[in-house]
Amino acid sequence: MLIGHPPRPAIAMTFDLVLNVAAAGILTGLVYGLMALGLSVIFGVTRIVNFAHGEMMTAAMYGAVLLFATVKLDPLLAAIPIGAALAVFGYALQSAVINPFIDRPEHSQFMLMVAVAIVLVNGLLMIFGPNAQNVMVGYAFDSYQLGPLLIDATRAYAGAAALLVAGLLFAFFRFARLGKAIRACADNQFGAAVVGLPVKRLYALTFALGSACLGVAGCLLVLMIDVSPPLGPAMTLLAFVIVIVGGLGSMTGALVGGVLIGLSEALAGLVVPPSAKSMVSFAILILVLLFRPQGLVGRRA
Amino acid sequence: MRARVLLSLLAVALVAAPFVVSGYLVSVLIVALYFAYVGQAWNIMMGFAGQLSLGHALYVGLGAYTAAALFVQSGVPPWLGLIAAIIVAMAFAAAIGFLAFRFGISGVYFALLTIAFAEFTRIGFDHFGWVGASAGLFLPVSQRSGSDLLALRGTPTMFYYVILALAAGAFALSRWLLTSRIGFYWMAIREDQDAAQALGIDTFRYKLAAVVVSAAMTSIAGVFFAFYYNNLFPEQIFSIGRSIEIILGPIIGGLGTLFGPVLGAFVLQLLAEALREGVSALGLEIPGLTQVFYGVCLLVVVMFLPNGVWPPIARRLRL
Amino acid sequence: MASRTGISRRAVVSGGVGLAAAAGIARFNIVRAQSGPLKVGVILPRSGVQAFIGQSCQRGADIAPEVLKELGFKVQVALMNADTETNVDVARSRAERLINEGAHVIVGAFDSGQTLGIAQVTEQKGVPFVVNIAAAPQVTEQGYKTVFRIFPTSGDLIRNGLAGFKDVFAATGKTPKTAVFLHINDTFGQANKAAIDKLFPGADMPFKIVETIAYDPAARDLSVEIAKAKATGAELAMVVTRLNDAILMIREMIKQRWEPMGIMSPGSPGMYEEQFFATLGKYSEYPISVVPWYNPKTELSRIVEAAFKRKFPNDRLVGHALNVGFTFEAILVAADAAQRAGSTRPEALIEALRKTNIEKRMMIGGPIVFDEKGQNKNVQSAVLQNRDGGPKVVLPKEAAETAPVFPMPPWSQRG
Repeated sequence: MLIGHPPRPAIAMTFDLVLNVAAAGILTGLVYGLMALGLSVIFGVTRIVNFAHGEMMTAAMYGAVLLFATVKLDPLLAAIPIGAALAVFGYALQSAVINPFIDRPEHSQFMLMVAVAIVLVNGLLMIFGPNAQNVMVGYAFDSYQLGPLLIDATRAYAGAAALLVAGLLFAFFRFARLGKAIRACADNQFGAAVVGLPVKRLYALTFALGSACLGVAGCLLVLMIDVSPPLGPAMTLLAFVIVIVGGLGSMTGALVGGVLIGLSEALAGLVVPPSAKSMVSFAILILVLLFRPQGLVGRRA
Repeated sequence: MRARVLLSLLAVALVAAPFVVSGYLVSVLIVALYFAYVGQAWNIMMGFAGQLSLGHALYVGLGAYTAAALFVQSGVPPWLGLIAAIIVAMAFAAAIGFLAFRFGISGVYFALLTIAFAEFTRIGFDHFGWVGASAGLFLPVSQRSGSDLLALRGTPTMFYYVILALAAGAFALSRWLLTSRIGFYWMAIREDQDAAQALGIDTFRYKLAAVVVSAAMTSIAGVFFAFYYNNLFPEQIFSIGRSIEIILGPIIGGLGTLFGPVLGAFVLQLLAEALREGVSALGLEIPGLTQVFYGVCLLVVVMFLPNGVWPPIARRLRL
Repeated sequence: MASRTGISRRAVVSGGVGLAAAAGIARFNIVRAQSGPLKVGVILPRSGVQAFIGQSCQRGADIAPEVLKELGFKVQVALMNADTETNVDVARSRAERLINEGAHVIVGAFDSGQTLGIAQVTEQKGVPFVVNIAAAPQVTEQGYKTVFRIFPTSGDLIRNGLAGFKDVFAATGKTPKTAVFLHINDTFGQANKAAIDKLFPGADMPFKIVETIAYDPAARDLSVEIAKAKATGAELAMVVTRLNDAILMIREMIKQRWEPMGIMSPGSPGMYEEQFFATLGKYSEYPISVVPWYNPKTELSRIVEAAFKRKFPNDRLVGHALNVGFTFEAILVAADAAQRAGSTRPEALIEALRKTNIEKRMMIGGPIVFDEKGQNKNVQSAVLQNRDGGPKVVLPKEAAETAPVFPMPPWSQRG
């Protein structure tokens, strides 16, 4: 593919510039990673590919905007009620709509989730209108200087919170009884049913958990970017790129993939015209699919 | 026999349509036939050979841009441009298919690979100066009363018959493919690839063939699109939304069947039209409302008719 | 990923509608056109990414019928409004629909890409199209016979813009030596970039462009773009923006503590819009835009201002001036043509439009006169700077409301 822009004198790639851009990319990537984590957990257990993922997160972002506009609740705190709300939504969606589709072919599941996505994104359009909205927290314009590094406050808080929530999720799957049961279910659905685990309910709980992740990720993301309905499809796509690169179904993979894509998009913007930077993500995706389809971290199923 | 009677009736109705219905309906029919055609093309890859492509807008875009750019930049007539378009699309499809099947990509992974290539190409075209990049490519238009089939410039009625011929051709081709040796191989691969391989079918070769044939057919739709609508933007034509539009028809209609893509396209088109008219008749001007209804209808069909609309109808009609 | 599905499907559906009905409807128009009001189809991006500006333009249309009556026009104007959803496909299909439903003339569409899409429809159907705002040169360079544009082309816009830059440097005695050029990568942005590439070398500018950075119209954040721009060490940020991206850009500049001498636009929207001030507050101050602007002192401006106040008592015209001004003038041009033609037949309207000569204007510049391509010959720009919560004319001196401030005060020292 030809790039239409004439070559221009490249700007000096100073250490400072690369460092700053990389730091911002990593922090954004952590939040992307948390979003993708939700997708990966759901797929890992239920084998359902949630094509309405970004749309659900966009709904969470609107929730955060609404809470901030009405009761001045900081999105960092709004993450708790919104995460809970998304969990309820996820549970209901799985039990009422998706469950009958567990054993249907992939394209059928895909159509189902596409229909859910259409309803969601246009429902948001009806309720909130087409304009971009944001939250203007008190620290929206702040940034911290650490030597040559300049990090904006919203990004720093969001990145840290994403890491924290991801850690909690890891701990849950490692130590909690319910978490272990879900993992057993993921490894062997039939075996889990044989030993008496309520598989369908565990699936719904998994969906709830993945959705909660998404709700939190949405609240964090709204600190960094504006929300509008078309963001949903874009985010679904981004989440897919991340989980494939990291490894579909792998939790560490989702986080690693998030950071990698965040980082590569940021750094790519330095080398190619920024308007073409997503090309790099898709190139990475294509390479990973071809040479390591199980993802960078995942194991081959 | 029954099928033949039904098909003849349908053919007569469609050929006569422009003389009977209003201009408005003709344009709706053009869109429905367009989707019937691309749905048929996509169905060869997914419905027959079991390879899920979620990036078919790639081939529409490549076809549209190749023919349109040759026409605008060098005055190449559309029918020659069409050949170039087919070649370009086939080359892309062969490369993608080769890579995917060589490395054993299948299922969801293959679907995502097709999305990735479509998106990659979209952004590439956004920066591809010769075809206008993100500023768009515009075909010259003028007010005219006559039609010039050779230049593909003319009235909607001309475009109606062009797309009708294409849709009929795609139907016939699909029918032939289904009953031919390659069709049996495809279906064997779709049902169980390992078993097909064990039977001595060269699965790599036949999967590749499915992708290439489907892409070639789809690129023709792209050429039609370019000359019917006269402007192209990478953002629109390569978009993933367009890819999904293509596959809705065949899945709703009935995957892997001959009538499915046609029926699905018409059902969805009429549904969208009816919803739009209904909503505006009620005086509700809320952006998004129509699409919410559309999504709900889709949801209901997917939930209660898992194999699409056509199979139960076919049973009823004892076809 | 599916959001576009419904929308674009609908767009495609309606896309074919008008085309098919062309022949029949055109005949129908002739019959209907002998009497009755002039039906003006107003097509604007009232939702989607450009919603704020589209709605701002719409206000110019909303007040038009009343103002025209006040001006003594005997032609009655009936508006038919349509929304492009900031989407070329939808724009085209809405144009077809409006013409189908009997619009005699189309007005719109703010965005260059959408305007080009609409122009193809009006050209096919032979219905006149008066462009309010859209700068891409192609609009009037394709030999279309139905298209008339009162807004300047990118070439004029940039030529006036660069001249305005020099005036600012001369007036303040401060001159930057280097600039970084940030532009949106869409039809409008690319047209302006092409104009800059062409005109800059011969414009004898005191600064040189050290880097050009194109960004995606759908960009979620501009942190890399601004980091890159900042790293060039350029003294001036020269920008071609829309509204949302202009806001993102300023936010990012503050966070990254980049303090260029100035942020200057050689003719793009964004920084003089009401929404820019509402969102950014104190940080909205001091950017400079060299754009076609209105002259508050003309008689027509006063009438429009009064009508605007009546219709939108809580808003001020200055926050919408360019959008309202050009949209209103576009409808004025259409009504004037209908008045002179004594008919609403498309051919008669087009004939009359060619002979347009409107001296009493709202916007700065000579009378509206179209050349053989349909381009308004008399266009001019004023230098605006954001001051005290609104855009103020700072140059040329005879129209200035206040003196330009350059370089701008740093972000950290904003009240």
